[in-house]
Amino acid sequence: MASHGIEVKDLFKIFGPNGEKYVEAVKNGMSKTELNEQHGHVLGLKDINISMPAGKIQVVMGLSGSGKSTLIRHINRLIEPTAGAVLYEGDDVCQMSKSELLEFRRHKTAMVFQKFALLPHRTVIENTVYGLEIQGVDKGEASKRARRWIDRVGLDGFENHYPNQLSGGMQQRVGLARALTNDADILLMDEAFSALDPLIRSDMQAVLLDIQAELQKTIVFITHDLDEALRLGDQIAILRDGEVIQQGSGQEIVLNPADGYITDFVKEVNRGRVISVGTIMADTPFDSSINIELLPDDKLEIAAKAMTEQEETRANVRDSTGKLVGSLRLKDTISAMVTPESP
Amino acid sequence: MWDWNEFPEISRTDLRDLKKGLDSAFKDFTRAWGDTIEGFFNPLLKFLVWFEKLLISTPWPVMMLIIAVLVWLGSRSWPLVVGALVSLWLVGYLGMWENTMYTLALISVATLVCIIIGIPFGIWMAKSNRVQAIVTPILDIMQTIPAFVYLIPIMLLLGIGKVPGLIAVCIYAIPPVVRLTNLGIRLVDKDVLEAADAFGASPHQKLWTVQMPLALPNIFAGINQTIMMALAMVVVAALIGVRGLGLEVLKAVNNQYITLGFMNGMAIVAIAIIFDRVSQKYGKRLQKHSEVIHG
Ligand SMILES: Nc1ncnc2c1ncn2[C@@H]1O[C@H](COP(=O)(O)OP(=O)(O)O)[C@@H](O)[C@H]1O
Ligand SMILES: [Mg+2]
Repeated sequence: MASHGIEVKDLFKIFGPNGEKYVEAVKNGMSKTELNEQHGHVLGLKDINISMPAGKIQVVMGLSGSGKSTLIRHINRLIEPTAGAVLYEGDDVCQMSKSELLEFRRHKTAMVFQKFALLPHRTVIENTVYGLEIQGVDKGEASKRARRWIDRVGLDGFENHYPNQLSGGMQQRVGLARALTNDADILLMDEAFSALDPLIRSDMQAVLLDIQAELQKTIVFITHDLDEALRLGDQIAILRDGEVIQQGSGQEIVLNPADGYITDFVKEVNRGRVISVGTIMADTPFDSSINIELLPDDKLEIAAKAMTEQEETRANVRDSTGKLVGSLRLKDTISAMVTPESP
Repeated sequence: MWDWNEFPEISRTDLRDLKKGLDSAFKDFTRAWGDTIEGFFNPLLKFLVWFEKLLISTPWPVMMLIIAVLVWLGSRSWPLVVGALVSLWLVGYLGMWENTMYTLALISVATLVCIIIGIPFGIWMAKSNRVQAIVTPILDIMQTIPAFVYLIPIMLLLGIGKVPGLIAVCIYAIPPVVRLTNLGIRLVDKDVLEAADAFGASPHQKLWTVQMPLALPNIFAGINQTIMMALAMVVVAALIGVRGLGLEVLKAVNNQYITLGFMNGMAIVAIAIIFDRVSQKYGKRLQKHSEVIHG
């Protein structure tokens, strides 16, 4: 069962009793502040168009209040849109009837929350089967499937603990197991790791990447942290005040920030982990006496490490089909890893 | 000209006509519907009588054993079990066993009725702000209006006896279960509720998998208060013919028997304390895992 992409089309959300009334005004350029001060409505999302790739991780990034949670809640329609569409397998989630929506949420989506949102009166295993229980899957089958994911996220032995007996990191493992047990195509993660300590967070990112390599679900991952976005995102969209101000791969965003706001964001990034060899290599390979060979997708950090370890200053790049496609010098590698002075 | 010392009252004859009119309208209603309503409550009467008989016909050692087991199951506390047994033994030794059983039966049945009616009402209130706006003032009235005021229509309608007594107790005792069911459901963590929504839970599934379990400690606090309030009503219930400790207290008041009054009063207190401690301990156990801890 392959996952499909999600198309978010011309999506607007205006919070307030008469949101529809102001869509036109917002389209014609009314700002969030004007809308709030003159009409008492809050602009949540403005004209969002994102094509979220099938089987990949789409990251949505932005500062607090930029509309990230609002956006992700439109995909399973926990929030009603004011205008626009969210398409999955040709169906518009925004047009579904109540019962279609319940079915969609039960079988196509699963969600992980910033504050975990576990059921405090249920044990780990009882939390993990929750989605299946709602679907009406029988108990034995449900707990068999749940156990598999409990083991997979590293919680074996904790099945009968209650959430308040677990650390934050372990609670979120339960949250992840609960979502994965649902076996849905779409995984929605709203700042799922933001509440965790840096080390645990990095662990969880590794767990997620590992699982994703196996499952290839369509994941929508919300974060306010650029490092996290770059590590996880196959594609990244940046939100500000409810608008998408840039989208693309992590590398594209780091190399060509669309404006000063994003430039500020990407300044602190470890570019060596973001930019790949293929992006900065020269087209002509060196002769075959070079004994270091890299892949175009290798990151600069790896390239630099390979060359310095073998006390070389040059490397060839060979693609996965085995063809020599370019070359790289250590000094270019290092200079691409350094953040350029902003003009 | 207005006379500021004299309140502009309704004329005396109008007032008399108004009172008479309402009274006779109610009496007409009673005449027309009294039997039907009595018939409606008949199963309740039968149940209460059956339960009273059951408690009284059970040999006292068996009864004490059952109570000890219930106290243990509820509280898991040996001191409480011992305390309950000692006070029950004392009550029996002082000749109040049978009346205590009558009172126990009344309180149990009244509490059951309050739970069966009160919890659905509380759920309904939690689901609709409008229902809450209408029901809240009614509950306020039920709790503050002097019991004697509603004893009059109840007696007119159903005469003197166990059922009218039971109804009077329930009117006074039901508000806490309703209120705390409503409150408990409304206080359920919005994040957890959202998670249930995200997994596609229907309103019905949300109620039973999230709202009711998380509201349970509050609902339990409501039941506890309901029991206490029902106990506070046993003397009033005695006024319209309910047997038990309350009636003895009433006799004591009428004849100025100080000791009789205190003995039966203390028996009521003993029941109250046992119920209260057991249900509180049980409520605490329910709550053990319910606090959400982040981080
Ligand atoms: N129910 C609501 N009513 C009014 N305004 C809201 C509501 N929910 C969110 N908002 C507003 O929408 C904006 C985006 O919020 P949110 O999506 O939660 O941001 P983020 O998740 O990026 O921090 C904020 O200005 C917030 O105040
Ligand atoms: Mg948010």
